[in-house]
Amino acid sequence: MRIKQISVFLENKSGRLAKVTRVLGDNGINIRALSIADTTDFGILRLIVNDPDRAYGVLKESGFSVNATDVIAVEIPDTPGGLAGALECLREANINIEYLYAFLTRVSRAALVVFRVEQIDEAVRVLREKGVRILDGAEVYNL
Amino acid sequence: MYWDREFETMPREKLRELQLQRLKSTVERVYGNVPFYRKVMDAKGIGPADIRTLEDLRKLPFTVKQDLRDNYPFDMFAVPMEEVVRVHASSGTTGKPTVVGYTKNDIRTWAQLMARSLTMAGATRGDVVQNAYGYGLFTGGMGVHYGAELVGATVIPISGGNTDRQLMIMQDFGATILTCTPSYALFLAEEGENKGLDFKKLPLKAGVFGAEPWSERMRQQLEAKLDIKAHDIYGLSEIIGPGVSMECTAQQGMHIFEDHFLAEIIDPETGDPLPFGRQGELVITSLTKEAFPIIRYRTRDITMLTDEPCSCGRTHVRMRRVTGRTDDMLIIRGVNVFPSQVESVLLEFGETEPHYLLVVDRKGNLDELEIWVELSEKWFSDKVRQLEEIEYRLKSRIASVLGISARIKLVEPRTIPRSEGKAKRVVDRREI
Repeated sequence: MRIKQISVFLENKSGRLAKVTRVLGDNGINIRALSIADTTDFGILRLIVNDPDRAYGVLKESGFSVNATDVIAVEIPDTPGGLAGALECLREANINIEYLYAFLTRVSRAALVVFRVEQIDEAVRVLREKGVRILDGAEVYNL
Repeated sequence: MYWDREFETMPREKLRELQLQRLKSTVERVYGNVPFYRKVMDAKGIGPADIRTLEDLRKLPFTVKQDLRDNYPFDMFAVPMEEVVRVHASSGTTGKPTVVGYTKNDIRTWAQLMARSLTMAGATRGDVVQNAYGYGLFTGGMGVHYGAELVGATVIPISGGNTDRQLMIMQDFGATILTCTPSYALFLAEEGENKGLDFKKLPLKAGVFGAEPWSERMRQQLEAKLDIKAHDIYGLSEIIGPGVSMECTAQQGMHIFEDHFLAEIIDPETGDPLPFGRQGELVITSLTKEAFPIIRYRTRDITMLTDEPCSCGRTHVRMRRVTGRTDDMLIIRGVNVFPSQVESVLLEFGETEPHYLLVVDRKGNLDELEIWVELSEKWFSDKVRQLEEIEYRLKSRIASVLGISARIKLVEPRTIPRSEGKAKRVVDRREI
């Protein structure tokens, strides 16, 4: 149920994001979802790709600071209150969300949300109890 | 105006006799009392009896900052600790500072030299000295303080910082002489201007500025903005503190107080002595210090000496403004900073081969230090909070080791330029 997310450290200067995406593109890696957290000095790019191990390797070879973390991808019904339901059940279980980001897919009518939490197994359990669908790696990488 | 006419205008022949006599005594004392000096002199096969002329000084080995570090904290002292009434310290090249000591006599000598220096800037009884050098382990604050009291001036021991209060007190107490780093003086001048303060209406008449390099351009600015005469003063804690040399009203170089210090200029590469008028590294031997005598100390400061007579009538040689360093020491807001100090902090944080760059800039008139640190794999996290925490921890550790605050900027790996294996550690963008 864990999905591998690749994070890349980016200095806030022009062309860095272009460089990361070029490296991935040249190596035939497809980006499924991404989000950037930025501060005044730097940004952290978080990526879900079709081949995280390879992405990790090629970015590292290109000199980037890269890190792989486990996250979960949750299918949220594309209806009002859909996300609220999932968040409430995590809060009830006292699970802190470090960050999250959403993306839409062509095939499903639902929205997919990537959650970064410390207690992954616990989060998976409580979400499942609420009947929330959690995607496995293969599903997400091959979207 | 002289503080000590006899010594300040002593004919050079007589001065040299005095120097030789004092040099002999100093060498005898260090050889007898400081194991370090005995060891290095024995290794060269030289004893106190070999010093028969002033030129024989060249037979003695140099002393470098590392020697002081190796003898941390008190092993360079030539008297028992019961005789030491004060210590001061300056930053070392890594974590530990360089410690110096003073006997009662040393404190008297230092006060005399600072009284000389302040008198050269026109200080006398009735003057009000606003002493904005830092008080504490740094020699600036207390050095000026004791000299100004000896002159009989009124001292305002305000120390550095708190610009609003400095300006208020300057006006309310009627300061006539300002003592601080030149960059801080310029900062005070501009802050005053911004507040609509007219320095021409204040009794301020002179400034004694030192502890960091400055330029003629800065002098002109300071003199115009503050409506004063700006004097350059030189010193370093390893020798005594401020009051090693000082500019007279002729403002054509700083007179080195040769009755207390023997100055040489050497080629920093070969160590060979250079004649007057040639630029090189300043080397100083103390002639009267008791607790912390020092032989041929390599200051790492680049300057040149001249023995041409000065219009002020003083016979002591003059040194030109310090134009650079032979090592990588930076002076930022009057504080000595070595890149290796930053390195030692990064090593503490578990970096095995840290890559970093010190970027110094002058914004307005204050120096700013930014430290670029390449973010290593093991520090990197997908969480912003964690990276900000690393920045914060580095910042506070660096502030405590360097004694000044710096901005930390995390940069991508392999983005700090490397050249032939030896990385460039400093970018100094200040145009002084």
